[in-house]
Amino acid sequence: MSNNSELLRFTTAGSVDDGKSTLIGRLLYDSKSIFQDQLEAVESATLRRGEEGVNLALLTDGLKSEREQGITIDVAYRYFSTPKRKFIIADTPGHIQYTRNMVTGASTANVALVLVDARNGIVEQTRRHAIIASLLQIPHLVFCINKMDLVDFDQVRYEEIKEELEGFAAKLNIKDVAFIPMSALNGDNVVERSLAMQWYGGSTLLYYLENVHIGSDYNLIDARFPVQHVIRPNTDEYHDYRGYAGRIAGGIFRKGDEVTLLPSGFKSKIAKIDTIDGELEEAFPPQSITILLENDLDLSRGDMIVRENNQPRVTQDLELMVCWFDAEKSLKAGGKYAIRHTTQEARCVIKEIRYKLDINSLHRNQEDLEINANDIARIFVRTTKPLFVDGYAKNRITGSVIIIDEGTNNTVGAGMVR
Amino acid sequence: MNQYHLDHLRELESESIFILREVAAQFENPVLMFSGGKDSILMVHLAQKAFFPAKIPFPLLHIDTGHNFPETIRFRDELVERTGARLIVGHVDDAIASGLVTEEKGFNASRNGLQTAVLLDSLEKGKFDAALGGARRDEEKARAKERFFSHRDEFGQWDPKNQRPELWNLFNGKKNMGEHFRVFPISNWTELDVWQYLAVENVPLPSLYFAHEREVFERDGTLLAVTPIIQRRENEVPKKMMVRCRTIGDMTCTGVWASKAQTTEDIISEVATTRMTERGGRTDDKRSETSMEDRKKTGYF
Ligand SMILES: Nc1nc2c(ncn2[C@@H]2O[C@H](COP(=O)(O)OP(=O)(O)O)[C@@H](O)[C@H]2O)c(=O)[nH]1
Repeated sequence: MSNNSELLRFTTAGSVDDGKSTLIGRLLYDSKSIFQDQLEAVESATLRRGEEGVNLALLTDGLKSEREQGITIDVAYRYFSTPKRKFIIADTPGHIQYTRNMVTGASTANVALVLVDARNGIVEQTRRHAIIASLLQIPHLVFCINKMDLVDFDQVRYEEIKEELEGFAAKLNIKDVAFIPMSALNGDNVVERSLAMQWYGGSTLLYYLENVHIGSDYNLIDARFPVQHVIRPNTDEYHDYRGYAGRIAGGIFRKGDEVTLLPSGFKSKIAKIDTIDGELEEAFPPQSITILLENDLDLSRGDMIVRENNQPRVTQDLELMVCWFDAEKSLKAGGKYAIRHTTQEARCVIKEIRYKLDINSLHRNQEDLEINANDIARIFVRTTKPLFVDGYAKNRITGSVIIIDEGTNNTVGAGMVR
Repeated sequence: MNQYHLDHLRELESESIFILREVAAQFENPVLMFSGGKDSILMVHLAQKAFFPAKIPFPLLHIDTGHNFPETIRFRDELVERTGARLIVGHVDDAIASGLVTEEKGFNASRNGLQTAVLLDSLEKGKFDAALGGARRDEEKARAKERFFSHRDEFGQWDPKNQRPELWNLFNGKKNMGEHFRVFPISNWTELDVWQYLAVENVPLPSLYFAHEREVFERDGTLLAVTPIIQRRENEVPKKMMVRCRTIGDMTCTGVWASKAQTTEDIISEVATTRMTERGGRTDDKRSETSMEDRKKTGYF
């Protein structure tokens, strides 16, 4: 693999037994990312289960408990690479009560793969997963129509499912949707082209993953730099050094840029963009850098450096689409929580639950407002101090929050700013 | 690839630096667990980048099993000297002497299990609330589900069912008194990424990683170095070979590999074509298929 290949993150979803683990196993196996000892371990595990050959699904099964239950129960990350790209797979389970895991895996993904069993076509889970992918604004969605071998590689069946999915996907907010007929078990159209489906003129899954354009997945327009940490060396050599360390959340910052600081509204100029390897003329997301300003303005963690004529909303009132995770306590209007946004932390109160989203039909339910684990709801919150937010559709980094229970310290909700 | 796109190594670097800074910001008393291996050397390198031009704002903690290759200790001391970092050493020998742990006996005796107790003890004594580790998710099945911020209860235990979801780049390091976190900034790196990056960055590495001549013997398909602290069976005949280490750990359980790799580039081509995972050379993992997971639940990593 060359040193300058890109990184692509994707997530996989599908209902239980659609072949997700087999597909990932197949990608790893056919791209030669599996080591001899891992393969031997899987071979012997396959035998112990009284099966034959290599059960590719076992390659991706992580923890003991789920190996026993035979289902995947948490997000697991896998890695493989080809000469073109390095891939990070967030392998998320299809079980209904684990929407939280899919949301987690989807939050950083460039691409979502949703598996569909060609025999069953669209099921409740398919809709649910596609809706989550669109809510989380994954830029690219691929429907993998799997188990084509079980429908005799029939083009008519494939077109039927594709048409139905297209109709459904049109209602969703996804930039780019693709369809690939495949057999994960036999490897058709995963890495190698299928000989049994000559009628299919599109690309294989791996070709798609290697070539899909992800260059514009970051926001390069709206300059946002949340201050993460202040660097003050306090040494003789760097006596007056005061650097604002952070990771660029949006836009391009250049040396000499006029900038505005939030929340103070003061103006300054970028004196220097610093790294250990020397100064940079410009920096862009997702680079981690250190910014030095011309005048000493005493910023601290949670502040944000932006541009005068392009500012985020500075607000204590947020409208969020929230996915709830807490299995013990439901989300309640009037409830108080800690909230984290970029490098800021505040407290918040839930002002109103507007509706619960039925993620099978997109129906907005305003009658039943009991929000339990794995429910998705539109809510209004008020924070104890102003946050500097963008709509999630504009910037996933400055448009997202997590909600934390102050009693247990658990992350109980994930919110996307309207 | 457009002008404003990072290659995969720079993107991983940037992610790790972000996590390191997040730890400095969210915790009062973090520590970096330093094993002497390439992953912790990478961590120190990234920490230098994250806080430049300031020094690394937390100490390095090394658990010395007393069974380290001498090269490891020498390299560690040079690194500390070069970076100006503060070093804390927890000695397994001391823990044995004080009765905190009991030495294993026999042919496969290893101090690896004892490390856990000494580590937990050192963390407790130092009142550290976050321990940074160089574990990677690609290393082992049980680690594939590890979070960047991994919550441990007051007994240092990991509960795979009760880990906080991690979304976007928002990390929740909130905790109750007595609890702490393990944080793994290089979770998303693979072995190959680490080597490629170390090569690009010209990071100095211990000589053990490169091919050298050494007396070795074979046990259960693994080559082990001949040292006074490993008992050999009669049929385990030593021979001289060109070998190198793929991981650097306790001498009793770190396998060495026949190799001719003299440079980091040689290692990269070796890693790129090799058919065994790097942990394949560690006898402690082979004890059972789920051994890492079992040790992890009790606080090994
Ligand atoms: N015939 C056929 N079976 C498949 C295919 N993909 C997966 N399977 C089988 O479907 C079952 C469930 O697959 P698995 O990968 O465990 O599904 P998961 O629950 O989505 O991870 C297993 O018995 C697989 O062998 C396929 O393309 N064709």
